[in-house]
Amino acid sequence: MGEFMKKDQYIIAIETSCDETAVAIVKNGTEVISNVVASQIESHKRFGGVVPEIASRHHVEQMTVVLEEAFEQAGLTIKDMDAITVTEGPGLVGALLVGVNTAKTLAFANNKPIIGVHHIAGHIYANRLEKEFNFPLLALVVSGGHTELILMKEHGSFEIIGETRDDAAGEAYDKVARTLQLPYPGGPMIDKLAAEGKETIDFPRAWLEDDSYDFSFSGLKSAVINKLHNAEQRNEELKKEDIAASFQASVVEVLSEKTYRAAMEHNVKQVIVAGGVAANRGLRQALEDKFKETSMELLIPPLHLCTDNAAMIAAAGSIAFEQGHRAGLDLNANPSLSLEVYSDRKK
Amino acid sequence: MNILAIDTSNETMGVAVIKDGQVSGEYITNVKKNHSVRLLPAIDQVMRDTDVAPNELDQVVVAKGPGSYTGVRIGLSTAKTLAWTLNIPVIAISSLELVAQQAAYYNHQICSFFDARRGLVYTGLYENKESAALSTVWDETNILFVEWLEQLVQRGKKTVFLSPHIDIHRDVILQYMGDLAIIPESIYHVPRPSLLAQIAIDRQADPVHTLTPNYLRLVEAEAKWLENQGKKNNV
Ligand SMILES: [Zn+2]
Repeated sequence: MGEFMKKDQYIIAIETSCDETAVAIVKNGTEVISNVVASQIESHKRFGGVVPEIASRHHVEQMTVVLEEAFEQAGLTIKDMDAITVTEGPGLVGALLVGVNTAKTLAFANNKPIIGVHHIAGHIYANRLEKEFNFPLLALVVSGGHTELILMKEHGSFEIIGETRDDAAGEAYDKVARTLQLPYPGGPMIDKLAAEGKETIDFPRAWLEDDSYDFSFSGLKSAVINKLHNAEQRNEELKKEDIAASFQASVVEVLSEKTYRAAMEHNVKQVIVAGGVAANRGLRQALEDKFKETSMELLIPPLHLCTDNAAMIAAAGSIAFEQGHRAGLDLNANPSLSLEVYSDRKK
Repeated sequence: MNILAIDTSNETMGVAVIKDGQVSGEYITNVKKNHSVRLLPAIDQVMRDTDVAPNELDQVVVAKGPGSYTGVRIGLSTAKTLAWTLNIPVIAISSLELVAQQAAYYNHQICSFFDARRGLVYTGLYENKESAALSTVWDETNILFVEWLEQLVQRGKKTVFLSPHIDIHRDVILQYMGDLAIIPESIYHVPRPSLLAQIAIDRQADPVHTLTPNYLRLVEAEAKWLENQGKKNNV
Protein backbone atom coordinates (compact mmCIF):
# COMPACT_ATOMS: atom_id res chain seq x y z
CA MET A 1 0.00 0.00 0.00
CA GLY A 2 0.98 3.65 0.11
CA GLU A 3 3.16 5.28 -2.50
CA PHE A 4 2.78 2.56 -5.13
CA MET A 5 -0.99 2.37 -4.88
CA LYS A 6 -2.35 2.92 -8.33
CA LYS A 7 -4.80 5.74 -8.87
CA ASP A 8 -8.16 4.71 -10.28
CA GLN A 9 -8.60 5.27 -13.98
CA TYR A 10 -11.83 6.78 -15.32
CA ILE A 11 -12.64 6.68 -19.03
CA ILE A 12 -15.66 8.27 -20.68
CA ALA A 13 -16.80 6.95 -24.06
CA ILE A 14 -19.17 8.21 -26.74
CA GLU A 15 -20.69 5.82 -29.28
CA THR A 16 -22.83 7.03 -32.22
CA SER A 17 -21.91 4.61 -35.01
CA CYS A 18 -25.48 3.65 -35.93
CA ASP A 19 -28.83 4.37 -34.31
CA GLU A 20 -27.97 4.47 -30.59
CA THR A 21 -26.71 7.63 -28.92
CA ALA A 22 -24.63 6.28 -26.06
CA VAL A 23 -22.31 7.60 -23.35
CA ALA A 24 -20.68 5.59 -20.56
CA ILE A 25 -18.10 5.98 -17.83
CA VAL A 26 -15.96 2.98 -16.92
CA LYS A 27 -13.53 2.63 -14.00
CA ASN A 28 -10.22 0.80 -14.43
CA GLY A 29 -11.40 -0.66 -17.72
CA THR A 30 -13.69 -3.20 -16.09
CA GLU A 31 -16.26 -1.52 -13.85
CA VAL A 32 -19.27 0.22 -15.41
CA ILE A 33 -20.03 3.40 -13.46
CA SER A 34 -22.71 4.66 -15.82
CA ASN A 35 -24.01 3.42 -19.15
CA VAL A 36 -26.68 5.49 -20.94
CA VAL A 37 -28.15 4.46 -24.29
CA ALA A 38 -30.78 6.53 -26.09
CA SER A 39 -32.25 4.17 -28.66
CA GLN A 40 -33.80 5.50 -31.86
CA ILE A 41 -35.45 2.21 -32.75
CA GLU A 42 -38.98 3.65 -32.52
CA SER A 43 -38.08 6.38 -34.99
CA HIS A 44 -36.62 4.00 -37.60
CA LYS A 45 -39.25 1.27 -37.23
CA ARG A 46 -41.67 2.94 -39.65
CA PHE A 47 -39.00 2.81 -42.41
CA GLY A 48 -38.18 -0.88 -41.84
CA GLY A 49 -34.51 -0.08 -41.24
CA VAL A 50 -32.10 2.60 -40.11
CA VAL A 51 -32.23 5.77 -42.23
CA PRO A 52 -28.71 7.25 -41.91
CA GLU A 53 -29.73 10.92 -42.18
CA ILE A 54 -32.43 10.50 -39.56
CA ALA A 55 -29.97 8.72 -37.26
CA SER A 56 -27.52 11.61 -37.60
CA ARG A 57 -30.23 14.15 -36.81
CA HIS A 58 -31.28 12.30 -33.67
CA HIS A 59 -27.68 12.10 -32.46
CA VAL A 60 -27.40 15.92 -32.50
CA GLU A 61 -30.68 16.19 -30.58
CA GLN A 62 -29.74 13.65 -27.91
CA MET A 63 -25.99 14.02 -27.48
CA THR A 64 -25.69 16.57 -24.65
CA VAL A 65 -28.72 15.11 -22.85
CA VAL A 66 -27.13 11.65 -22.82
CA LEU A 67 -23.76 13.13 -21.77
CA GLU A 68 -25.35 14.91 -18.84
CA GLU A 69 -27.21 11.82 -17.73
CA ALA A 70 -24.04 9.70 -17.84
CA PHE A 71 -22.23 12.15 -15.54
CA GLU A 72 -25.22 12.50 -13.24
CA GLN A 73 -25.62 8.74 -12.84
CA ALA A 74 -21.91 8.40 -12.15
CA GLY A 75 -21.82 11.29 -9.70
CA LEU A 76 -18.63 12.43 -11.43
CA THR A 77 -17.55 15.40 -13.54
CA ILE A 78 -15.41 15.71 -16.63
CA LYS A 79 -12.51 16.72 -14.37
CA ASP A 80 -12.46 13.20 -12.94
CA MET A 81 -11.88 11.67 -16.38
CA ASP A 82 -8.45 10.47 -17.52
CA ALA A 83 -9.39 10.36 -21.19
CA ILE A 84 -12.23 10.90 -23.63
CA THR A 85 -12.75 7.96 -25.98
CA VAL A 86 -15.06 7.72 -28.96
CA THR A 87 -16.07 5.29 -31.68
CA GLU A 88 -14.02 6.37 -34.69
CA GLY A 89 -15.44 3.67 -37.01
CA PRO A 90 -16.68 1.62 -38.68
CA GLY A 91 -20.28 2.81 -38.96
CA LEU A 92 -22.47 5.42 -40.64
CA VAL A 93 -20.28 8.41 -41.40
CA GLY A 94 -22.84 11.11 -40.56
CA ALA A 95 -23.68 9.40 -37.30
CA LEU A 96 -20.03 8.84 -36.33
CA LEU A 97 -19.22 12.51 -37.01
CA VAL A 98 -21.55 13.72 -34.26
CA GLY A 99 -19.83 11.56 -31.66
CA VAL A 100 -16.31 12.31 -32.88
CA ASN A 101 -16.81 16.08 -32.89
CA THR A 102 -18.52 16.01 -29.50
CA ALA A 103 -15.65 13.98 -28.04
CA LYS A 104 -12.98 16.23 -29.55
CA THR A 105 -14.73 19.32 -28.19
CA LEU A 106 -14.91 17.80 -24.70
CA ALA A 107 -11.22 16.94 -24.88
CA PHE A 108 -10.27 20.40 -26.12
CA ALA A 109 -12.40 22.36 -23.66
CA ASN A 110 -11.21 20.35 -20.67
CA ASN A 111 -7.64 19.68 -21.75
CA LYS A 112 -8.01 15.87 -21.75
CA PRO A 113 -6.52 13.24 -24.07
CA ILE A 114 -8.74 12.02 -26.92
CA ILE A 115 -8.65 8.46 -28.27
CA GLY A 116 -10.48 6.95 -31.25
CA VAL A 117 -11.73 3.39 -30.71
CA HIS A 118 -12.69 0.67 -33.23
CA HIS A 119 -16.34 -0.35 -32.84
CA ILE A 120 -15.60 -4.08 -33.05
CA ALA A 121 -12.78 -3.82 -30.52
CA GLY A 122 -15.51 -2.36 -28.33
CA HIS A 123 -17.87 -5.29 -28.90
CA ILE A 124 -15.10 -7.72 -27.92
CA TYR A 125 -14.11 -5.70 -24.84
CA ALA A 126 -17.74 -5.67 -23.64
CA ASN A 127 -16.81 -9.08 -22.24
CA ARG A 128 -14.01 -7.68 -20.11
CA LEU A 129 -16.69 -5.78 -18.14
CA GLU A 130 -17.82 -9.23 -16.96
CA LYS A 131 -14.64 -11.29 -16.78
CA GLU A 132 -10.89 -10.65 -17.11
CA PHE A 133 -9.36 -11.74 -20.43
CA ASN A 134 -7.13 -14.77 -20.60
CA PHE A 135 -4.95 -14.94 -23.73
CA PRO A 136 -4.85 -16.30 -26.35
CA LEU A 137 -8.55 -15.83 -26.91
CA LEU A 138 -10.87 -16.20 -29.86
CA ALA A 139 -13.75 -13.80 -30.46
CA LEU A 140 -16.74 -14.54 -32.67
CA VAL A 141 -18.20 -11.16 -33.64
CA VAL A 142 -21.70 -11.39 -35.09
CA SER A 143 -23.87 -8.37 -35.80
CA GLY A 144 -25.86 -6.63 -38.53
CA GLY A 145 -22.63 -5.55 -40.21
CA HIS A 146 -20.11 -8.16 -39.06
CA THR A 147 -19.35 -11.86 -38.96
CA GLU A 148 -15.73 -12.33 -37.96
CA LEU A 149 -13.45 -14.67 -36.06
CA ILE A 150 -10.74 -12.66 -34.32
CA LEU A 151 -7.70 -14.03 -32.55
CA MET A 152 -6.24 -11.98 -29.69
CA LYS A 153 -2.82 -12.87 -28.29
CA GLU A 154 -2.62 -9.85 -26.01
CA HIS A 155 -4.52 -6.68 -25.11
CA GLY A 156 -5.15 -4.35 -28.03
CA SER A 157 -4.02 -6.86 -30.67
CA PHE A 158 -6.60 -8.18 -33.13
CA GLU A 159 -5.99 -10.69 -35.91
CA ILE A 160 -8.90 -11.52 -38.22
CA ILE A 161 -8.70 -15.25 -39.04
CA GLY A 162 -12.13 -15.52 -40.66
CA GLU A 163 -14.74 -13.17 -42.04
CA THR A 164 -17.85 -13.17 -44.20
CA ARG A 165 -17.37 -13.13 -47.96
CA ASP A 166 -20.81 -11.65 -48.58
CA ASP A 167 -23.62 -10.93 -46.11
CA ALA A 168 -23.10 -10.58 -42.38
CA ALA A 169 -25.07 -13.05 -40.27
CA GLY A 170 -27.26 -10.26 -38.90
CA GLU A 171 -27.91 -9.04 -42.42
CA ALA A 172 -29.13 -12.50 -43.47
CA TYR A 173 -31.42 -12.53 -40.43
CA ASP A 174 -32.87 -9.13 -41.36
CA LYS A 175 -33.45 -10.13 -44.99
CA VAL A 176 -35.10 -13.43 -44.12
CA ALA A 177 -37.24 -11.63 -41.51
CA ARG A 178 -38.37 -9.16 -44.15
CA THR A 179 -39.29 -12.02 -46.51
CA LEU A 180 -41.31 -13.58 -43.70
CA GLN A 181 -42.92 -10.16 -43.18
CA LEU A 182 -41.84 -9.97 -39.55
CA PRO A 183 -41.77 -6.56 -37.85
CA TYR A 184 -38.48 -4.62 -37.62
CA PRO A 185 -36.00 -5.46 -36.16
CA GLY A 186 -36.42 -8.98 -37.51
CA GLY A 187 -33.42 -10.82 -36.04
CA PRO A 188 -34.79 -11.28 -32.51
CA MET A 189 -38.19 -12.25 -33.99
CA ILE A 190 -36.62 -15.13 -35.97
CA ASP A 191 -34.86 -16.34 -32.82
CA LYS A 192 -38.21 -16.31 -31.03
CA LEU A 193 -40.09 -18.12 -33.81
CA ALA A 194 -37.26 -20.65 -34.21
CA ALA A 195 -37.69 -21.70 -30.58
CA GLU A 196 -41.32 -22.56 -31.38
CA GLY A 197 -40.67 -24.36 -34.68
CA LYS A 198 -38.93 -27.53 -35.92
CA GLU A 199 -36.08 -27.97 -38.37
CA THR A 200 -38.19 -29.44 -41.20
CA ILE A 201 -36.20 -28.06 -44.15
CA ASP A 202 -32.57 -28.91 -44.82
CA PHE A 203 -31.15 -25.53 -45.86
CA PRO A 204 -27.56 -25.46 -47.19
CA ARG A 205 -24.52 -24.88 -44.98
CA ALA A 206 -21.66 -22.99 -46.61
CA TRP A 207 -18.47 -24.59 -45.27
CA LEU A 208 -16.25 -23.15 -48.04
CA GLU A 209 -12.69 -24.60 -48.22
CA ASP A 210 -11.67 -27.14 -45.59
CA ASP A 211 -9.13 -24.91 -43.89
CA SER A 212 -11.12 -21.69 -44.17
CA TYR A 213 -12.73 -19.88 -41.26
CA ASP A 214 -14.55 -17.55 -43.63
CA PHE A 215 -18.33 -17.41 -43.82
CA SER A 216 -20.93 -16.99 -46.54
CA PHE A 217 -24.63 -16.47 -45.93
CA SER A 218 -25.94 -15.19 -49.26
CA GLY A 219 -26.60 -18.72 -50.61
CA LEU A 220 -28.59 -19.62 -47.52
CA LYS A 221 -30.57 -16.40 -47.74
CA SER A 222 -31.45 -17.12 -51.41
CA ALA A 223 -32.40 -20.71 -50.54
CA VAL A 224 -34.88 -19.47 -47.93
CA ILE A 225 -36.36 -16.91 -50.30
CA ASN A 226 -36.67 -19.53 -53.10
CA LYS A 227 -38.30 -22.03 -50.78
CA LEU A 228 -40.91 -19.48 -49.74
CA HIS A 229 -41.45 -18.38 -53.31
CA ASN A 230 -41.96 -21.95 -54.60
CA ALA A 231 -44.32 -22.81 -51.77
CA GLU A 232 -46.37 -19.73 -52.56
CA GLN A 233 -46.67 -20.73 -56.23
CA ARG A 234 -47.81 -24.23 -55.29
CA ASN A 235 -50.24 -22.77 -52.75
CA GLU A 236 -48.37 -24.75 -50.15
CA GLU A 237 -48.59 -23.54 -46.56
CA LEU A 238 -45.21 -23.36 -44.77
CA LYS A 239 -45.08 -22.70 -41.06
CA LYS A 240 -43.11 -19.53 -40.34
CA GLU A 241 -41.85 -21.13 -37.15
CA ASP A 242 -40.36 -24.05 -39.11
CA ILE A 243 -38.75 -21.77 -41.71
CA ALA A 244 -37.20 -19.75 -38.87
CA ALA A 245 -36.02 -22.88 -37.07
CA SER A 246 -34.52 -24.37 -40.25
CA PHE A 247 -32.79 -21.11 -41.23
CA GLN A 248 -31.43 -20.56 -37.75
CA ALA A 249 -30.18 -24.15 -37.54
CA SER A 250 -28.07 -23.59 -40.66
CA VAL A 251 -26.59 -20.27 -39.44
CA VAL A 252 -25.91 -21.53 -35.96
CA GLU A 253 -24.31 -24.79 -37.07
CA VAL A 254 -21.81 -23.02 -39.33
CA LEU A 255 -21.02 -20.31 -36.78
CA SER A 256 -20.52 -22.69 -33.86
CA GLU A 257 -18.61 -25.36 -35.81
CA LYS A 258 -16.14 -22.88 -37.35
CA THR A 259 -15.66 -21.20 -33.99
CA TYR A 260 -14.99 -24.57 -32.42
CA ARG A 261 -12.45 -25.59 -35.07
CA ALA A 262 -10.62 -22.25 -34.86
CA ALA A 263 -10.54 -22.41 -31.07
CA MET A 264 -9.04 -25.90 -31.24
CA GLU A 265 -6.44 -25.03 -33.85
CA HIS A 266 -5.21 -21.98 -31.94
CA ASN A 267 -5.52 -23.65 -28.57
CA VAL A 268 -7.19 -20.65 -26.97
CA LYS A 269 -8.04 -20.24 -23.31
CA GLN A 270 -11.24 -18.24 -23.85
CA VAL A 271 -13.92 -17.99 -26.51
CA ILE A 272 -15.82 -14.73 -26.60
CA VAL A 273 -19.05 -14.02 -28.43
CA ALA A 274 -19.71 -10.38 -29.27
CA GLY A 275 -22.09 -8.17 -31.25
CA GLY A 276 -25.85 -7.88 -31.49
CA VAL A 277 -26.40 -11.47 -32.70
CA ALA A 278 -24.67 -12.74 -29.53
CA ALA A 279 -28.08 -12.17 -27.94
CA ASN A 280 -29.47 -14.98 -30.10
CA ARG A 281 -30.59 -17.86 -27.88
CA GLY A 282 -30.11 -20.50 -30.55
CA LEU A 283 -26.48 -19.46 -31.03
CA ARG A 284 -25.81 -19.30 -27.30
CA GLN A 285 -27.17 -22.80 -26.80
CA ALA A 286 -25.19 -24.30 -29.68
CA LEU A 287 -21.93 -22.75 -28.46
CA GLU A 288 -22.55 -23.86 -24.90
CA ASP A 289 -23.09 -27.42 -26.12
CA LYS A 290 -19.91 -27.32 -28.23
CA PHE A 291 -17.59 -25.99 -25.56
CA LYS A 292 -19.09 -27.79 -22.59
CA GLU A 293 -16.64 -30.69 -22.86
CA THR A 294 -13.55 -28.54 -23.48
CA SER A 295 -11.28 -26.73 -21.05
CA MET A 296 -11.99 -23.48 -22.87
CA GLU A 297 -14.02 -20.83 -21.15
CA LEU A 298 -16.99 -19.51 -23.15
CA LEU A 299 -17.96 -15.90 -22.47
CA ILE A 300 -21.18 -14.37 -23.74
CA PRO A 301 -22.03 -10.92 -22.38
CA PRO A 302 -25.48 -10.09 -21.00
CA LEU A 303 -27.93 -8.68 -23.53
CA HIS A 304 -27.43 -4.98 -22.72
CA LEU A 305 -23.70 -5.34 -23.41
CA CYS A 306 -24.23 -7.27 -26.69
CA THR A 307 -26.08 -4.49 -28.44
CA ASP A 308 -24.37 -1.17 -29.19
CA ASN A 309 -23.40 0.75 -26.06
CA ALA A 310 -20.61 3.06 -24.94
CA ALA A 311 -19.38 1.03 -21.95
CA MET A 312 -17.76 -1.40 -24.38
CA ILE A 313 -16.00 1.51 -26.14
CA ALA A 314 -14.72 2.77 -22.79
CA ALA A 315 -13.48 -0.74 -21.95
CA ALA A 316 -11.52 -0.97 -25.20
CA GLY A 317 -10.50 2.71 -24.81
CA SER A 318 -9.08 2.01 -21.38
CA ILE A 319 -6.55 -0.42 -22.88
CA ALA A 320 -5.77 1.96 -25.74
CA PHE A 321 -5.15 4.70 -23.16
CA GLU A 322 -2.81 2.48 -21.14
CA GLN A 323 -0.96 1.46 -24.29
CA GLY A 324 -0.31 5.13 -25.00
CA HIS A 325 -2.51 5.60 -28.00
CA ARG A 326 -3.61 9.23 -28.49
CA ALA A 327 -5.42 11.04 -31.29
CA GLY A 328 -5.14 14.72 -32.17
CA LEU A 329 -7.84 17.35 -32.53
CA ASP A 330 -7.85 16.40 -36.22
CA LEU A 331 -9.36 12.98 -35.40
CA ASN A 332 -11.97 12.15 -38.03
CA ALA A 333 -14.78 9.65 -38.33
CA ASN A 334 -13.64 6.65 -40.40
CA PRO A 335 -16.68 4.71 -41.67
CA SER A 336 -14.55 1.84 -42.99
CA LEU A 337 -11.82 1.72 -40.33
CA SER A 338 -10.17 -1.71 -40.49
CA LEU A 339 -9.59 -3.65 -37.28
CA GLU A 340 -6.09 -4.63 -38.38
CA VAL A 341 -5.10 -1.02 -39.06
CA TYR A 342 -6.45 -0.16 -35.62
CA SER A 343 -4.55 -3.07 -34.09
CA ASP A 344 -1.25 -1.99 -35.71
CA ARG A 345 -1.48 1.44 -34.13
CA LYS A 346 -0.55 0.04 -30.78
CA LYS A 347 2.69 -1.63 -31.84
CA MET B 1 -16.58 39.29 -22.71
CA ASN B 2 -15.02 36.61 -24.96
CA ILE B 3 -17.12 35.18 -27.75
CA LEU B 4 -16.24 32.24 -30.00
CA ALA B 5 -18.05 32.23 -33.36
CA ILE B 6 -18.23 29.12 -35.57
CA ASP B 7 -19.55 28.62 -39.10
CA THR B 8 -19.25 25.28 -40.89
CA SER B 9 -22.57 25.30 -42.65
CA ASN B 10 -21.27 25.42 -46.24
CA GLU B 11 -17.89 25.21 -48.02
CA THR B 12 -16.64 28.14 -45.99
CA MET B 13 -15.25 27.23 -42.62
CA GLY B 14 -14.96 30.17 -40.24
CA VAL B 15 -13.84 30.63 -36.65
CA ALA B 16 -13.59 33.98 -34.85
CA VAL B 17 -12.77 35.23 -31.37
CA ILE B 18 -14.41 38.50 -30.39
CA LYS B 19 -13.14 40.25 -27.24
CA ASP B 20 -15.30 43.01 -25.81
CA GLY B 21 -16.87 43.70 -29.17
CA GLN B 22 -13.55 43.76 -31.06
CA VAL B 23 -12.57 41.12 -33.58
CA SER B 24 -9.47 39.66 -31.99
CA GLY B 25 -8.92 36.74 -34.35
CA GLU B 26 -10.61 35.33 -37.40
CA TYR B 27 -9.84 32.33 -39.59
CA ILE B 28 -11.63 31.57 -42.83
CA THR B 29 -11.05 29.00 -45.52
CA ASN B 30 -13.16 28.64 -48.61
CA VAL B 31 -12.07 25.27 -49.93
CA LYS B 32 -13.80 21.94 -50.33
CA LYS B 33 -12.04 20.18 -47.49
CA ASN B 34 -13.20 18.24 -44.49
CA HIS B 35 -14.61 20.49 -41.74
CA SER B 36 -14.55 17.61 -39.26
CA VAL B 37 -10.77 17.29 -39.50
CA ARG B 38 -10.01 21.01 -39.46
CA LEU B 39 -12.56 22.72 -37.19
CA LEU B 40 -11.11 21.98 -33.75
CA PRO B 41 -7.49 22.57 -34.80
CA ALA B 42 -8.66 25.94 -36.20
CA ILE B 43 -10.51 26.82 -32.98
CA ASP B 44 -7.43 25.80 -30.99
CA GLN B 45 -5.16 27.97 -33.17
CA VAL B 46 -7.35 31.09 -33.13
CA MET B 47 -7.86 30.86 -29.38
CA ARG B 48 -4.14 30.39 -28.72
CA ASP B 49 -3.27 33.31 -30.99
CA THR B 50 -5.74 35.55 -29.20
CA ASP B 51 -4.76 34.30 -25.71
CA VAL B 52 -8.18 32.98 -24.80
CA ALA B 53 -8.32 29.71 -22.88
CA PRO B 54 -11.45 27.57 -23.23
CA ASN B 55 -12.53 28.34 -19.66
CA GLU B 56 -12.29 32.07 -20.44
CA LEU B 57 -15.03 31.90 -23.04
CA ASP B 58 -18.29 33.66 -22.14
CA GLN B 59 -20.43 32.76 -25.13
CA VAL B 60 -20.53 30.61 -28.26
CA VAL B 61 -22.29 31.74 -31.43
CA VAL B 62 -22.83 29.28 -34.24
CA ALA B 63 -24.36 29.26 -37.72
CA LYS B 64 -27.19 26.72 -37.56
CA GLY B 65 -27.95 26.25 -41.25
CA PRO B 66 -29.44 25.83 -43.70
CA GLY B 67 -26.54 24.35 -45.62
CA SER B 68 -24.71 21.05 -45.82
CA TYR B 69 -26.43 18.67 -43.38
CA THR B 70 -23.11 17.23 -42.26
CA GLY B 71 -21.40 20.62 -42.08
CA VAL B 72 -24.16 22.10 -39.95
CA ARG B 73 -24.08 19.11 -37.60
CA ILE B 74 -20.32 19.45 -37.08
CA GLY B 75 -20.77 23.12 -36.11
CA LEU B 76 -23.74 22.47 -33.84
CA SER B 77 -22.18 19.42 -32.14
CA THR B 78 -19.09 21.49 -31.38
CA ALA B 79 -20.98 24.60 -30.21
CA LYS B 80 -23.49 22.67 -28.10
CA THR B 81 -20.78 20.60 -26.42
CA LEU B 82 -18.68 23.69 -25.69
CA ALA B 83 -21.68 25.51 -24.21
CA TRP B 84 -22.65 22.46 -22.16
CA THR B 85 -19.23 21.57 -20.78
CA LEU B 86 -18.18 25.20 -20.10
CA ASN B 87 -21.65 26.09 -18.85
CA ILE B 88 -21.92 29.18 -21.07
CA PRO B 89 -24.73 30.37 -23.35
CA VAL B 90 -24.95 29.33 -27.00
CA ILE B 91 -26.71 31.45 -29.62
CA ALA B 92 -27.54 29.92 -33.00
CA ILE B 93 -27.91 32.18 -36.01
CA SER B 94 -29.35 31.40 -39.42
CA SER B 95 -26.59 30.80 -41.96
CA LEU B 96 -28.63 32.81 -44.49
CA GLU B 97 -28.80 35.75 -42.13
CA LEU B 98 -25.03 35.56 -41.67
CA VAL B 99 -24.43 35.80 -45.42
CA ALA B 100 -26.95 38.65 -45.75
CA GLN B 101 -25.21 40.55 -42.95
CA GLN B 102 -22.27 41.09 -45.33
CA ALA B 103 -24.40 43.69 -47.15
CA ALA B 104 -25.86 45.32 -44.04
CA TYR B 105 -24.73 48.77 -45.22
CA TYR B 106 -26.51 48.67 -48.55
CA ASN B 107 -29.73 50.63 -48.52
CA HIS B 108 -31.55 47.87 -50.33
CA GLN B 109 -33.23 44.63 -49.44
CA ILE B 110 -30.90 41.61 -49.41
CA CYS B 111 -31.57 38.13 -50.74
CA SER B 112 -29.07 35.54 -49.54
CA PHE B 113 -29.24 31.96 -50.77
CA PHE B 114 -27.50 28.58 -50.89
CA ASP B 115 -27.77 26.15 -53.76
CA ALA B 116 -29.89 23.11 -52.79
CA ARG B 117 -29.60 21.18 -56.10
CA ARG B 118 -32.18 20.43 -58.78
CA GLY B 119 -33.04 24.12 -59.20
CA LEU B 120 -33.82 24.53 -55.52
CA VAL B 121 -32.29 27.02 -53.13
CA TYR B 122 -32.42 27.79 -49.45
CA THR B 123 -33.14 31.49 -49.34
CA GLY B 124 -34.52 34.40 -47.34
CA LEU B 125 -35.12 38.14 -47.79
CA TYR B 126 -33.77 40.74 -45.36
CA GLU B 127 -33.51 44.50 -44.96
CA ASN B 128 -31.50 46.96 -42.92
CA LYS B 129 -33.38 48.38 -39.89
CA GLU B 130 -30.49 50.15 -38.15
CA SER B 131 -30.23 47.56 -35.38
CA ALA B 132 -27.42 45.08 -34.70
CA ALA B 133 -28.97 42.64 -37.12
CA LEU B 134 -31.03 42.82 -40.29
CA SER B 135 -34.76 42.30 -40.10
CA THR B 136 -36.51 39.56 -42.00
CA VAL B 137 -38.77 40.54 -44.89
CA TRP B 138 -39.59 37.03 -46.16
CA ASP B 139 -38.93 33.99 -43.97
CA GLU B 140 -36.28 31.57 -45.13
CA THR B 141 -37.49 28.69 -47.22
CA ASN B 142 -36.49 25.84 -49.50
CA ILE B 143 -37.91 26.76 -52.92
CA LEU B 144 -37.30 26.57 -56.67
CA PHE B 145 -35.11 29.58 -57.33
CA VAL B 146 -37.12 30.69 -60.37
CA GLU B 147 -40.30 30.71 -58.28
CA TRP B 148 -38.63 32.87 -55.64
CA LEU B 149 -37.26 35.22 -58.33
CA GLU B 150 -40.74 35.64 -59.85
CA GLN B 151 -42.04 36.80 -56.48
CA LEU B 152 -39.08 39.17 -56.11
CA VAL B 153 -39.71 40.69 -59.54
CA GLN B 154 -43.31 41.39 -58.58
CA ARG B 155 -42.11 43.17 -55.44
CA GLY B 156 -40.27 45.47 -57.85
CA LYS B 157 -37.45 46.55 -55.53
CA LYS B 158 -33.72 46.70 -56.06
CA THR B 159 -32.23 43.63 -54.39
CA VAL B 160 -28.70 42.72 -53.35
CA PHE B 161 -27.93 39.04 -54.03
CA LEU B 162 -25.38 37.32 -51.83
CA SER B 163 -24.38 33.67 -51.94
CA PRO B 164 -21.24 31.53 -51.86
CA HIS B 165 -22.91 29.84 -54.85
CA ILE B 166 -23.55 33.07 -56.74
CA ASP B 167 -21.70 31.96 -59.87
CA ILE B 168 -24.03 29.01 -60.54
CA HIS B 169 -27.10 31.26 -60.42
CA ARG B 170 -25.85 34.64 -61.72
CA ASP B 171 -27.43 34.24 -65.15
CA VAL B 172 -30.88 33.30 -63.94
CA ILE B 173 -30.87 36.19 -61.44
CA LEU B 174 -30.03 38.67 -64.19
CA GLN B 175 -32.54 37.06 -66.53
CA TYR B 176 -35.40 37.53 -64.05
CA MET B 177 -34.36 40.66 -62.17
CA GLY B 178 -32.50 42.66 -64.82
CA ASP B 179 -31.60 46.12 -63.44
CA LEU B 180 -33.21 45.31 -60.10
CA ALA B 181 -30.38 42.91 -59.26
CA ILE B 182 -27.26 44.12 -57.49
CA ILE B 183 -24.52 41.48 -57.39
CA PRO B 184 -21.42 42.53 -55.44
CA GLU B 185 -17.89 41.32 -56.32
CA SER B 186 -17.17 37.72 -55.41
CA ILE B 187 -15.19 38.61 -52.27
CA TYR B 188 -18.36 39.76 -50.47
CA HIS B 189 -20.15 36.43 -50.82
CA VAL B 190 -17.94 34.51 -48.39
CA PRO B 191 -19.37 34.90 -44.87
CA ARG B 192 -17.17 36.24 -42.07
CA PRO B 193 -17.78 34.31 -38.84
CA SER B 194 -17.21 37.42 -36.68
CA LEU B 195 -20.49 38.80 -38.04
CA LEU B 196 -22.28 36.02 -36.12
CA ALA B 197 -21.32 37.83 -32.90
CA GLN B 198 -22.71 41.08 -34.30
CA ILE B 199 -26.06 39.48 -35.14
CA ALA B 200 -26.15 37.76 -31.74
CA ILE B 201 -25.94 41.05 -29.80
CA ASP B 202 -29.66 41.33 -29.24
CA ARG B 203 -30.55 37.64 -29.41
CA GLN B 204 -31.57 35.36 -26.57
CA ALA B 205 -29.48 32.31 -25.75
CA ASP B 206 -30.79 28.99 -27.07
CA PRO B 207 -31.49 26.06 -24.72
CA VAL B 208 -28.41 23.84 -25.13
CA HIS B 209 -30.06 20.41 -25.08
CA THR B 210 -32.87 21.11 -27.52
CA LEU B 211 -30.94 23.30 -29.96
CA THR B 212 -31.08 21.65 -33.39
CA PRO B 213 -29.79 22.58 -36.82
CA ASN B 214 -32.07 24.44 -39.16
CA TYR B 215 -32.17 21.95 -42.04
CA LEU B 216 -35.17 23.63 -43.75
CA ARG B 217 -35.93 20.28 -45.31
CA LEU B 218 -37.29 16.93 -44.13
CA VAL B 219 -35.30 13.77 -44.72
CA GLU B 220 -36.55 12.25 -47.99
CA ALA B 221 -37.64 8.98 -46.34
CA GLU B 222 -39.60 10.95 -43.77
CA ALA B 223 -41.27 13.19 -46.35
CA LYS B 224 -42.39 10.11 -48.31
CA TRP B 225 -43.64 8.44 -45.15
CA LEU B 226 -45.69 11.49 -44.19
CA GLU B 227 -47.10 11.66 -47.70
CA ASN B 228 -48.18 8.01 -47.49
CA GLN B 229 -49.72 8.59 -44.07
CA GLY B 230 -51.71 11.47 -45.55
CA LYS B 231 -52.96 9.23 -48.37
CA LYS B 232 -53.98 6.52 -45.91
CA ASN B 233 -55.87 9.01 -43.75
CA ASN B 234 -57.77 10.39 -46.73
CA VAL B 235 -59.13 7.00 -47.77
ZN1 LIG C 1 -22.26 -2.83 -33.12
